[in-house]
Parts: sequence; structure tokens; C-alpha cells
Amino acid sequence: MSIDPGPLTAAPPEEVQRAQTERLLEAWKQPTGWRYWSAVNNSVVGLWYVAMTFFFLLFGGVLALLMRLQLARPNNDFLSADLYNQAFTVHGSVMMFLFAIPIFEAIAVMFLPQMLGARELPFPRLSAFGFWCFLLGGIFLCGSIFFDAAPRGGWFMYPPLTSKYQSGIGADIWLLGFSFIEIAAIAAAVEIIIGALKTRPPGMRINLIPLYIWYVLVAAAMILFAFPPLIAGSLLLEVERAFHWPFFDPAGGGDPLLWQHLFWLFGHPEVYIIFLPSVALMAMIVPTFAQRPIVGYGWIVLAAVGIGFLSFGLWVHHMFTTGLPGISLGLFSAASEAVAIPTGVQIFCFIATLAAGRTVRSVPMLYAFGSLVIFVLGGLTGVMVAVAPFNFQAHDTFFVVAHLHYVLIGGALFPILAGCYYFFPLINGKKLSDKLGKIAFWLAFTGFNVAFLPMHLTGLRGMPRRVFTYQAGLGFDALNLVSTVGAFILAAGLAIVFWDMVRPKKKQSYSERNPWNAGTLEWTQEMPGKPWGMRSIPEIDSRYPLWEQPNFLRDVDEGRFYLADAEEGKRESILTSVIDARPEQCLRLPGPTFITLWAALTMGGFFIFGTFSLWWPSLLSLLASLAIIIYWLWTGTALIPEKAEKDVGLGLKLPLYLSGPESAGWWAMFITMLAVLTAFISLVFGYFFFWTVRADFPPDPVPGPGHFWPLVAALLLLGAWAQTVLARRWNRNDHASAFYTGLLLGSILAIAGGAALLAGPWVTQLDPTSHVYPATVWILVTWTTFQILIGVIMQLYCIARRVAGRMTARYDIDIRNVALYWHFTAFTAVVTVAVIAGFPLVA
Amino acid sequence: MSETAEKDQSLWLLTASPTFWAAHFLLCYITAAIWCAKVVGLGGSLASARVAIAVYTVLALAGIGIVGRVGYRRHSHGNATLPHDDDTPEDRHRFLGFATLLLSALSAVAVIYAGLVIFFFRSCY
Repeated sequence: MSIDPGPLTAAPPEEVQRAQTERLLEAWKQPTGWRYWSAVNNSVVGLWYVAMTFFFLLFGGVLALLMRLQLARPNNDFLSADLYNQAFTVHGSVMMFLFAIPIFEAIAVMFLPQMLGARELPFPRLSAFGFWCFLLGGIFLCGSIFFDAAPRGGWFMYPPLTSKYQSGIGADIWLLGFSFIEIAAIAAAVEIIIGALKTRPPGMRINLIPLYIWYVLVAAAMILFAFPPLIAGSLLLEVERAFHWPFFDPAGGGDPLLWQHLFWLFGHPEVYIIFLPSVALMAMIVPTFAQRPIVGYGWIVLAAVGIGFLSFGLWVHHMFTTGLPGISLGLFSAASEAVAIPTGVQIFCFIATLAAGRTVRSVPMLYAFGSLVIFVLGGLTGVMVAVAPFNFQAHDTFFVVAHLHYVLIGGALFPILAGCYYFFPLINGKKLSDKLGKIAFWLAFTGFNVAFLPMHLTGLRGMPRRVFTYQAGLGFDALNLVSTVGAFILAAGLAIVFWDMVRPKKKQSYSERNPWNAGTLEWTQEMPGKPWGMRSIPEIDSRYPLWEQPNFLRDVDEGRFYLADAEEGKRESILTSVIDARPEQCLRLPGPTFITLWAALTMGGFFIFGTFSLWWPSLLSLLASLAIIIYWLWTGTALIPEKAEKDVGLGLKLPLYLSGPESAGWWAMFITMLAVLTAFISLVFGYFFFWTVRADFPPDPVPGPGHFWPLVAALLLLGAWAQTVLARRWNRNDHASAFYTGLLLGSILAIAGGAALLAGPWVTQLDPTSHVYPATVWILVTWTTFQILIGVIMQLYCIARRVAGRMTARYDIDIRNVALYWHFTAFTAVVTVAVIAGFPLVA
Repeated sequence: MSETAEKDQSLWLLTASPTFWAAHFLLCYITAAIWCAKVVGLGGSLASARVAIAVYTVLALAGIGIVGRVGYRRHSHGNATLPHDDDTPEDRHRFLGFATLLLSALSAVAVIYAGLVIFFFRSCY
């Protein structure tokens, strides 16, 4: 059964087309003057995002050069040991958290709608909020080094170094600043997943989507499971530093290895979160320059999804020297070798595509080839360090530094540079310079290898990482000097790329449309682009519509497809089904606002004041943030449309409002709660980790929290959940009074349940600073109570929405999403009670 | 025709085999960790833990085999061949089957890799 519409009708007369484009331009107009900063449109926010990530790349790069200068000769005193510690910590942290991950989100936010032929991603304000969070957190972290206050514990922040031995605020800046940025990353993940699954153009079935979409979908899903363990770990470490709960302190029964588990449970998948979206750019570039469809589309999907899974089975290979049982090392070594299979598969697909096509020489391809060479070398040393006995030798030496730079620069930076040269015309309609691009490439490629190839040898000769200097005559001198020279050549190459991007281009003429003769949708864009993204949203029936669908550009431009007009002056796009991209809803999108900036500023205040232990301002800031977010939701979400349906063109009528699993908002809640649940599970993992490594966990006899209060809490909270679910049904059936009383009762039960949960450890006088057992019980209870508190606010919000007439029996997004939230909260509460009250009985 | 209808399709099928791998991997890891930390202690023999891992491996491979078979059947639905890039429900159905099949093969290899540890380790350390 085909879902395609009939043949396209003739184009409307020219004056109609002109009127349509005027209305579209008016609806999608960018704010000007100082209001420019209130923009939320993906192309604008994406551009800010990319620009900031490159700024941070520059910042981290300068730090690297300072370190290379310090290491250029033995016994150098260019940097003090302390400043060197700050430099390598900030360098690593900036490159990972402020460049590599955000640039993936930035590129995705910028180009995803174009690749999907959508006008916009489903939650533009969320993207803007994520950007502002990222900007604040990034400046906060980078700025700290100018006040001699930067973190200095290495980018992986191992306690006890970062708990007992570093009393300054550096570690707090890292823990809180990055927790803030991780929120931005999860926000971006929600946006990308729903964007990829629900805003595809009609007809773009799951077997036709651009490979880039597969990759970012997998990477965004990985964020949901990789970042929460770090958020949980950061919470534990910050609570230890601020309030002396001894999670990682052996004197209080804690264990620093728990941090390593939680960190690398994030840290290893993170490498692939960086790698996949970058290699995704290659998957777009290679077919264009081979001038043929990709070879092995299905195999690349295998590689993306396979890596997404396997990369979660590698974390212990960063901990091979911590004394874990040999059989555990064997398991992780096996997974580390297995991940090489899908990684290699995609490289073979690229090579096969190039071999089967007629490759056009170009600057983007130059960077793509450079990437393949460097990445393959890094992959080979990766197979080496995945072998435990070799790893024991190479651990913490410069060999690892060389390996990780080969992987990350080959696997991420070079593809991103290839992407810059390839996609730049989509940003301002003009190409980058071929000549500068070639010079920059050869400088960067040569410089990189001169800098990092000798480091393998430096490492094998025994030079440790993170030591600010070395003695002469140990065989490190010449190698280090060469590396320093190489680093500067690499930097010169990158400087030329930066110059090429920012140099004035006023005199340069606009590039022709689709300058590379590519086949994918984003190249339908006019040069320069219009704020509406697509003149009309096309019907897709091929993987490369520009190559394979006749008259495609003409039909898009003449507005023959969907949503060619904005009759009501509103921003609109189409939501489609996950598998076959059947049109389901005409989605109204919000316009410019400063609310997102205010929400980010106040939430930033919570973290930044917290860093300086200013708890009251911190709390006030959090409350302000909460108020702003509620205002944002109240005025900008789940708006009741003026009519039920809208004609979107081609004889198709779509509803303007859907709720529950058919709506984008419901999926956003589901995805966010998966991340929250993962963070909670990480805390539960901590509980069982302590049980396996300690004989006195839980202590015998168990000092608390007893059984009575936790069980009462479980019953009350299940009651709160049931009331919320029933309220959803009463609302649907328009039983207003039942809805109000049910939800009010639900919130009272929830408050009582939260209090009962806290009562358990409270009445049994568990002191969280005394030992890791009470500390772990308290952290689980506090987490759950916090989640309940948010749940109560949501219940009251729904009551208020219905009172205000903003929610009705038919238009019920709010209560459906809140009920979903409560499914997760009830589960969390039950697990908490089962663990803290039930497990001591079993143990 | 109804076999290829959109409502009967799901992306979750793609994740089924890798989920078997993940479950197998976690179970092996947890069994080994608890066995070595709580049951026999450092330097103890792996004995029954190895048997357990062997059983997990057989079960996981069986599960992956079933999913892989479903994938293969869908991949060879009708008589079209790769690359499954037509704009039809049938080709989309074949594509999802093919991707499921490939992921099952990768998961099976990864499970076998992990299961091999029992041949290399007889004691915890």
C-alpha cells in the first residue's frame, strides 16, 4: 500500500507564489538589533553554537601549545608544575566537553532540519536553552584558569586526588560547571532523537534516511545512557567535597574505584559519541564526491547501531591496572576487540564507495582521506591497548596520549574540518578557499603526525603522562622537541582554517546552488539560505532525491509540496510517523524569546553560586529558574489551536494538536526520564558496588532506615501515582471535579510519601558523614524525594492549567506527560524502598 | 501485505540482538565480580562461575539466533535484492530485516568473544 500522494498539481500562479513567500518570510523573520539574541531558529542558534565550540577549540589548543613549549626541553621552567596541572586538565576538559561533544550537537542543530526537509527541529527553544547553558558553563570553566583557580586533577578527576588533596574550588568548578553542560547535552539529545524520528519529510521511510541521521540518532541515544552516570558520579563527589559524605574515602568505608567506574561508564561511550557524528559527516561527503550512492548502507547502519551498544562494554579497559579480577579484564578486553569490527566495516564501506564511483578531487575529500589515515593508525594502537598485558605496560604513558590523539583528531577533528569545507556554503552562501584549504590541510596533517607519531616511542620508552618536566638523557629529549615542533605546525594549519572561516567575504560572489552536485536534501537550500529552511516540505521517495527525483528543485521552489504557505502567520512544520514518515500532525513552532536565556542564567546561578558554597543565593537562583521555566511552559507549550485541523497542501488535512504517545512532547518526556532513570540506576549501582567490595556493607546489625517508614512511603507514593493516572482518565472523560480532587489527593499523598521516605533514615539517626552506608541510603532517598517534589509541582501545574482553561478533556498534553513522569517516579520510589529496606534482609 | 504494514514494524527489533549481548555481558561481569568478591575470594577458583558463563553464552546465542532468523526472513521477503532502497513498504521491511540480521551476526561474535574468557581463566586472579 503506497502512502504517496497523487501526481503534483501545477504550480500556483506567480502572484500567489509571491504572496506565499512573503507570508512565510514574515512568519520566519529573524529578530534584529539587540533582539537578535532572542532568536531560537535552528540556523541561528546552530551558528552561535558552532562558533563558540571553535572558540573553545582555539582556547584548548593554545593551552596545548603552552604544554608543548614546557615539554620542549628537559628541566624546563616555562610553566610551573601547578600551572601545568591546570593546563592539561583544562585542555582535556575543554576539548572533550566544550568542543568535541557540543560541536556534534551544534552541527546537528544547524543542519538536521535541512537534511530532513523540515522547517525546524521540534523544540527550538530547548536548543536555545541548551546553547545558553553551554556558553555559561564553558566560560565559567575556561575563565577559572586566569584566576589560578582551575581544576587540576586531570580531565577524569580521580579522587582522592580531587577530594582530599585539592581543597581549592577547581574541582567544584569542574563538577558543577560540567553538570550544567551535561544538562545542555541531554537537552540536545532529546531534540535530535525526536527530530530524527518524527520530523522527517513525508515519505522518507526508515530505509531512505540520510546516513547522518542514523549516526546522530545513535549518538544522541548514547548520551542518554552515558551522561547520567557522570552526573551521578559528580553529585557524589561534590557531596563528598562539600558535606563530607565519604563515598570515595576509604577512611569512611568509601572506595575511589566507584568514581572510576562511573566516570568511564560515561567516558568510554563518550569517545564514540564524539566519533559517530563526525564519521557521519564522512558518510555524507564520500557519496557526493564519489558521485554515487553509498555502498553498504545497511552495513553502515549496522556499524552505527553496533558501536552504540558495544561501546558500553569497554569502560573497564581504562581500569586494567586497578587490580580487578583477571576474568573481568578478559571480558572487557574481548568487547574492546569486538568493537573494532563495526568500526572497520564503515571504513571499508567508504573505501568501496570511492572505488566504485568516479572520485572528484576536492578539499573536503582531502580532509576525509587524512582522517581515514590517521584514524586507522589510532584504531590499530587501540587494538594494542585493548590487550590487557600490553595495556599494563603502556598505561599512563605518552603511548596512550599518542593513541587517543590519533583516534580523536583522526576520528573527529579531521572529519569536522572536512565538514566545514563541505557545508560552509550552507552557512552564508559562500565557499571557503580551496587554496587556503589545501595549504591548511598539508600543514595540519604533517604537523599532526610530526607531533604525535614520536609520542608512541616516548611513551614506550617510559615517559609518563601529566608530569610537568623530565630529566635530560633519558631518551625523551629529541622526541619531545620534535613533538613540540609538530604541534606548532599543526596549529599553523588550524589557524589558516580559522582565518579562512572568519576572513571578510564581502567581495566573494555567492556559490552556485548545490555546488558539489550532492544528492541529499540539505543542498536544496538557496544561496544564501532563507530563514524558512525549505520553500515547501517535499515528498521523498529516494535516498538521494536531488539525483533521483526528477524536477525536485523546481517542485520545492514553486511550492508544489506541503506547507507552501503560512496563512495564519505562524511557524509550522510537519510531524511524521517513525517508520514510514506518514504525515501525522502540523506542528506549530514557537518564535523568538529571551525566556531561554533567563532560564539558563538562573540555572547557571544555582551551579555557580554552589561552587563557592553560597548555598542561599544558589537556592534562590534555582527557585527563580523554576519560576521562569514554569512561565515558559505556561505561555509557550501545549497551546490550544484555533481550529482542529489544517490543510497542509496536496489535499492533506492534518490535526494541529496531538497528545500522548502521538505527540513530540510525550516522547521528550519519555526520553528525558530515561536519562533521569539512568542517573538513578547509577546511584543504585553505587549501593551494590559497595556491597561487593566491602564486608560491612550493609553493616550488621543494620542501623537503619528500618522497614516501617520506607514501606509507608512506598504505599503512599503508589497511591500518588494511581491518583495521577486516574486523573488523566477523569480529565479525558471530562469529570472535572473527580479530576481536581483526584490530583489534589495525589499531590498530598506524594508529599506525605516523600516525607515518609525521609523519615526512615531520619528516625533511625543515620549520619551520612559517619560512614558510606548511611551516606548511600541518604543519597538514594534524597534523589527520590527531589523527583517527587518536581512531580508534585507538575500535578499542581495540571490543576492550574485546567482551571485556566489551557487544558481540556480533548487538549490534554499536560496531564498525559505528567502521568508518564509519574510512571517513572513510582518505579524509582519502589526501587529505592526495595534497595534501602529490602536488600539488607537479603544480604 | 499486512506483514509489511507500518504498525507491525518497530525499530526496537534492531536493538534486540545487541540487547542480548548487553545482558550476557553484564551477567558475566556481575557473576564474576560477585563470585570473586563474595564467594571464593581473591585467588579462588572460578569453577561454577565458568559453568554459569557457559550457560549464559549458550542462552544468549540462542536468543540472537532466533532474532537473526526473523531478520533473515524479512530480508528475503519477496524476491528483491539489496540495497533495499525502494520507496515501498516491502523494501523498508527487507531493509529492517537485513539490519537486524547484520546486528545479530555482530552480537553473536561479541558474545562468543566474551564467552571465550572461560577458556583463559581458571581462577579469579
